[in-house]
Amino acid sequence: MQAKILVLCKHDGIRETILRLLGNNADWQGIGTNNLFEAKQMLGSDNFDIALLGNGFTEAEESEVTEFVNQHSPGTKTVYHYGGGSGLLSAEIYQALA
Amino acid sequence: MENFVIHRAGTRGYADHGWLKSSHTFSFAGYYNHERVQFGALRVLNDDYVAGGRGFGDHPHDNMEIISIPLEGKLIHKDSMGNSAIITTGEIQVMSAGTGIYHTEYNADPSEAVKFLQIWIFPNKRNVTPRYDQMLIKAKKPNELYQVLSPNKDDAGVWIHQNAWFNMGEFDTDTNVTYKLNNAADNGVYILILKGQATINGQALDTKDGMGIWAVDELDINAQAGAQLLLMEVPMEVKQQ
Repeated sequence: MQAKILVLCKHDGIRETILRLLGNNADWQGIGTNNLFEAKQMLGSDNFDIALLGNGFTEAEESEVTEFVNQHSPGTKTVYHYGGGSGLLSAEIYQALA
Repeated sequence: MENFVIHRAGTRGYADHGWLKSSHTFSFAGYYNHERVQFGALRVLNDDYVAGGRGFGDHPHDNMEIISIPLEGKLIHKDSMGNSAIITTGEIQVMSAGTGIYHTEYNADPSEAVKFLQIWIFPNKRNVTPRYDQMLIKAKKPNELYQVLSPNKDDAGVWIHQNAWFNMGEFDTDTNVTYKLNNAADNGVYILILKGQATINGQALDTKDGMGIWAVDELDINAQAGAQLLLMEVPMEVKQQ
């Protein structure tokens, strides 16, 4: 079964890079957004395994996502993404899914 | 309980793409080992070889302090902040990727390979304004440790957004030195033997072996003639402001 990953990232190029890399792995399905409201709608209506918090959100917005996930989507793991590309992405997801 | 870990050179992850050969001390790209993910805030320690004229095309980074140290040869760097520079052996380069940057990194020589370390440190603050710097770090004299990186703009070497200190040393004679940690309460030290042999707190290490030590105030180092060392003092816990 594919792991479903919501990618929250305001930098369009980095979000597209992450989604492309996720698409290279048949076990992962990535969906991206740069909008906090849209992210909460998606997290509330679909079952994501991971909410991957990329760059550009304020600390308050990041906390808002984490609190929303805790309340409305407790099966989703919130993971902070670092590095912006292929270097750490796989390890971040493997660790979250372990 | 042991307060150190040793990663022998031959046990590192390895990727061979022909033009790029990379040894990974910690999990990176296609190499994943759940027991080797990071040493505190030190997340990436890649020992790279790039063939002449080849390199990394335009690609993004964010939220990471990225340090490059050429060991042989030179790199040419261009980024989305408008920086264009050549970094040669004896220099150190630092990028705070922060909210996001694009860059290219190529071997500046069309025929000779470049060998360099690529080091990623978790920042102590997410989404900082991206920045770039490079600096000459050649030792003023051998047989001493000298600082090449710190958290302080006015201190020796380049600076990063993390409470980390890097020191290097080149030794032309058997030498005993002591390294006192800047922040022993929170930090550990990861040592990479760039060349030769050294004994750190009683543990014998060879070329490209790595050793992480925590819960100590200082390190007792015996460097043999011909040894070159890199010491990376980093927080053992990643905290963000």
